[in-house]
Amino acid sequence: MRAFVGFVRKETLHLLRDRQTLAILLLFPVVQVLIFGFAVRTDVRDIAIAIVDPTPDVATLELRERIDASDRFHIVGVAPSARGLDPQFRGGAIRQALVLPAGVERRLGRGDSLPVQLLTDGSDPNTGGIMQGYATAIVERWYRDAVPATGALRIEARARMRYNPTLESSHLFVPGLVAFVLTIVSALMTAISISREKETGTMEMLLVSPIRPTAIVAGKVMPYIGLGFVSVLLVLVAARAVFGVPLRGSLVLLLAESGLYIVTALALGIVISTKAPNQRTAMIAALAGLMMPTLLLSGFIFPLDSLPRVLQYLSYAVPARWFLTIVRGIMIKGAGLATLWQETLILMGMTLFLLAKGSRGLAIRLG
Amino acid sequence: MSDDPAVEAQGLVRRFGDDAALHEVSFDVAPGELYGIIGPDGAGKTTLFRILVTLLLPDAGTARVLGRDVVKDLWNLRSRIGYMPGRFSLYPDLSVAENLGFFAALFDTTIAEARETIAPIWVQLEQFAARRAGALSGGMKQKLALCCALVHRPEILFLDEPTTGVDAVSRKEFWDLLARLRDEGLPIVVSTPYMDEAIRCDRVSLMQGGRLLVTDRPAEIGRGYPRPLLAVRGSNILGLLGALRGFPHAAAVWPFGEALHYTDARRDAQVEQITRELAAHVQSAGLSGVSMSPIAASIEDAFMWYMAQEQAA
Repeated sequence: MRAFVGFVRKETLHLLRDRQTLAILLLFPVVQVLIFGFAVRTDVRDIAIAIVDPTPDVATLELRERIDASDRFHIVGVAPSARGLDPQFRGGAIRQALVLPAGVERRLGRGDSLPVQLLTDGSDPNTGGIMQGYATAIVERWYRDAVPATGALRIEARARMRYNPTLESSHLFVPGLVAFVLTIVSALMTAISISREKETGTMEMLLVSPIRPTAIVAGKVMPYIGLGFVSVLLVLVAARAVFGVPLRGSLVLLLAESGLYIVTALALGIVISTKAPNQRTAMIAALAGLMMPTLLLSGFIFPLDSLPRVLQYLSYAVPARWFLTIVRGIMIKGAGLATLWQETLILMGMTLFLLAKGSRGLAIRLG
Repeated sequence: MSDDPAVEAQGLVRRFGDDAALHEVSFDVAPGELYGIIGPDGAGKTTLFRILVTLLLPDAGTARVLGRDVVKDLWNLRSRIGYMPGRFSLYPDLSVAENLGFFAALFDTTIAEARETIAPIWVQLEQFAARRAGALSGGMKQKLALCCALVHRPEILFLDEPTTGVDAVSRKEFWDLLARLRDEGLPIVVSTPYMDEAIRCDRVSLMQGGRLLVTDRPAEIGRGYPRPLLAVRGSNILGLLGALRGFPHAAAVWPFGEALHYTDARRDAQVEQITRELAAHVQSAGLSGVSMSPIAASIEDAFMWYMAQEQAA
């Protein structure tokens, strides 16, 4: 027990003495939230739209007003013809254009069909689809209000996005960031701190002591569990303060699941450190082997459904994928253990497997 | 403490790939003995030490430390052995006291409990207790490492090149500490590349190329020198060195400080005869003011001789 306490104390001292690394570790979660929150946006706001209106009249003015009044759009120009739209699209001056026919009010009055063309910059298909949806919704509502009721039966379908009705991207990325930050902080730091002992020769001193290797590792990772919880809380507080991301489910459950995932990540770090002879190899292995799958194969950046089938299968092996589902469930949908028990069990199984693999890889002698 | 030999090594072999780091190494260390393993870098000293402290498995042979097998009884031995690796292996970002406290905790003890054992070293370290280990001088680092190796009151000490890279004064202080520990009955096995440290040991083995070449008390090792040995002095040392090495019966000529130590290849040649022939040879080489006298071989002469023999073999 003395040895274990001694280890925790020593490892904590390492962590506190290395001010630079500690500062990076504490700033990292907050900086990530700000970067993803402000720079990497997938929700669409402030779309520059051009209107082509050959014969302005009361009806088209009404439509233009509705578009401009929405905080999604601002009208950058009204032209009588569609000529000149192409260069504006190419130069990025506009991302959408609404081309109206001539004599809109007359057509509406007569109940004629109204051919309206909606052009959207599709270079980013995700945002393109969202922009299309927004614009279509405004035009359709305007059309219904403008055409006098004919008495005929009208069916109206109203689409509503549940849990995230305004498609805030922050709601999507914050759970992903929790997984990402925990992977980096826990796995990377564990891998580095164990391989550092190998590299500097202190592992030799630890091995000749009567302490079993499992106790060495258990003592070493303790401070990083604490650091992991601090990181989670930093992400959550930053996300709430800056972007108003809700926590609809239970904080206790979220922290408990985070604790589980921290152990998963630590176990990954241990497995890496048993293979890596020095800090540099450990760092590269942790970054290349963990960061990329956590970013790309967890559903954090790309929706899993849009991945090729092979990668979808591969994603089952990525712990972050399951943790991400859990965090999204708790934070955004307010889900409880009743719905998330499967993911939790899978994550537990993975953790046990990794811990077993890691502890078996710990040598009691030098190579 | 038991009457078992402190160390019994029988035919230890260790290979790394195709290279053998140890060839059938056998030796014994008596209880309470200060035993030196002297040899150049790459001789296999570190490999031998790592096997003895349970860190490496031998490919063949057996070793017992304190009567226990280093392979089978590793958990028993690990709490009884004190080990100081060749590389400075403490935490540079922790203070002197924190390092010592950590290693004490590792062996389930405290600095206070070990106070008596480490007292002679601790008095020298205490003033630096709050300093980071990384900011200590080389000599102080080694004293701290020794302190950490002693903190659990081990029954035997293994010190792998403890004085390498340490200044002369600190080296002497370090060996004074070792002598003191030996006097208290602690067996110590120590390796060093410095031959002048050999005389501080009770017994030494010369190690080279993974073999123990010769083992004896330091004073005896020179006595066993197998050839006539002369010290040769002159004003032109370099010219003299070339001339002596060109002499047909020269077995070895090495510079030792001011003089050259000349070993004749003829085992039974008389000193007078050698002196006569050498003087003539030197004179014909155009060198004057040369003096020569027979000397008793020092331990360094013996080591140079055995190492040269080993290399030639």
